[in-house]
Amino acid sequence: MLRFSDQPSNLALVVYSSRVPAGFPSPADDHIEGKLDLNEHLIRHPAATFFARAMGESMKDAGIFDGDLLVVDRSLTAQAEDIVIAVLHGELTVKRLKKPNGAWVLTAENSVFPDIQITESGCDVWGVVTHSIRRHCER
Amino acid sequence: MPTFGLVDCNNFYAACERVFQPSLNGRPIVVLSNNDGCVVARSQEAKALGIKMGVPLFKIRDIVNRHEVVVRSSNYALYGDLSERVMSILAAAAPQHEIYSIDECFLDLERLPVKDLTAWCRDLRGRAKRWTGIPVSVGIGTTKTLSKIANKLAKTSAKADGVIDLAGHPEWIEMALTKTAVGDVWGIGFRWSKMLSERGITTALQLRNAQDGWIRQRMGVVGLRTVHELRGIACHELDTQPAPKKTTCCSRSFGQAITDKDQVRNAIVSFAERAAEKIRHSDQLCGSMQVFITTDPFDTAAPQHSASASTTFMSPTADSRAVVTAAVRIMERIWRDGYAWRKAGVLLLDLSSTQDVQPNLFTAQTNRSDGLMKAVDRINDRFGRGAVGLGLSAKNAEWRMRQDRLSPHFTTRWREIPRVRIDNVSSDHKTAPDPA
Repeated sequence: MLRFSDQPSNLALVVYSSRVPAGFPSPADDHIEGKLDLNEHLIRHPAATFFARAMGESMKDAGIFDGDLLVVDRSLTAQAEDIVIAVLHGELTVKRLKKPNGAWVLTAENSVFPDIQITESGCDVWGVVTHSIRRHCER
Repeated sequence: MPTFGLVDCNNFYAACERVFQPSLNGRPIVVLSNNDGCVVARSQEAKALGIKMGVPLFKIRDIVNRHEVVVRSSNYALYGDLSERVMSILAAAAPQHEIYSIDECFLDLERLPVKDLTAWCRDLRGRAKRWTGIPVSVGIGTTKTLSKIANKLAKTSAKADGVIDLAGHPEWIEMALTKTAVGDVWGIGFRWSKMLSERGITTALQLRNAQDGWIRQRMGVVGLRTVHELRGIACHELDTQPAPKKTTCCSRSFGQAITDKDQVRNAIVSFAERAAEKIRHSDQLCGSMQVFITTDPFDTAAPQHSASASTTFMSPTADSRAVVTAAVRIMERIWRDGYAWRKAGVLLLDLSSTQDVQPNLFTAQTNRSDGLMKAVDRINDRFGRGAVGLGLSAKNAEWRMRQDRLSPHFTTRWREIPRVRIDNVSSDHKTAPDPA
């Protein structure tokens, strides 16, 4: 199971509170503060956080590309300018939520695609995208 | 005054199927038992079509085709994950609680500093739905039995908006009990329900008004407790720390009857491995085990036989190798040629916590196997169950569970997380597994 911060994550880095002088026998030993947990950084509400994979043409103006991993928090109330997962005609889709002239609009952040008025039937915000994670090395 | 809240997820399995596939909203859904045999869960729309609980799929083919009913294999990884999320939200709101089943949780609402319980429960309900996508209903009563009744009414009444508080509104109780069939009262099973209605007791109200002596004589102390609970006298406490399980079972009906010994052995090896993994997850060791095989009791034309035997371990263990070896030895002992076996299983008994096992001459071996078993569990957690195992259990054998209509493991496997389209919505490969 993919679990969140209630379990130690596999990735951990040690932080020191001061710089370590080279070649000196570890004066930092007394200053270890604990490990950095990536879950802690990415996930504020474990019960409400889900992962999704972005597919298709990029939202290049928002920096989201095909294959990126999205961290989605359903506990947040969507606001204008948030990137959201929306339900459009029964499908999950990722868009930027905007409110240009008092009306809610979903934009693709890619000039190729037209905006979608949120008044359209069957449109609903599923969750707010808090992070996108992009792989820069395929090894 | 004790105040219990019962939170129950509405049509839980069907709701789970919808969270990542909103196109299923409003459509009838049924979820099948292991092996895709019978209906074990239904959405409201499926209930409205008259599909009954437990009916085999082949008997409802017509309705399924005519109404385009969505049919799913049970996806327990998904249901378990969403259940954990809902329960953690409830636990954060009400520290004193009892997780009663995968989709039900009792809350102790008595000591909460809350003025308006109904409003508080509506808020909790809204949070569970928003955070997880799972709709829940809440019933409140001065006993667990009354909270169950309140919950059931909260589900069906449109006015209730998902919450009914019988503790704060004792004047509603009479009406609530009148509306509740005696068979729907918590703890009243089929037999008692039949006995009671034969004697003219068909509603919960009539049961509440029955005489103590008569109830005690007919239904014993257990039945009397139920009646007292209907009267508002709490007999069942909140069980906040459920006792650790004393047994673990892994058994399954085969997709088709099996006569071949090797295949049955493979199945038993796999069940034994899985059972050992289960107890390792709860930090337990087993002291003894039982293995059983049975033919199909409904196939009256075929010769019938069922056999089981057990063994005791010299020293409690959770090591797959020890458990599997013992299981195979038992199976060899009880095996008989010439039967069509339909079901097999492995039970691990005398479970104890790894902490309080008394060391003996053989304990040293246990310590050495810990590392290996942890590695096996970690690999299987990461790459999917059955990725590694002992060199005995064959994959894709005939006995393997039939799960033809399984939805993706949206929350428990990286390769199956939901896919969201960036460009304009199209209907293709939203949920197909990642080929990468």
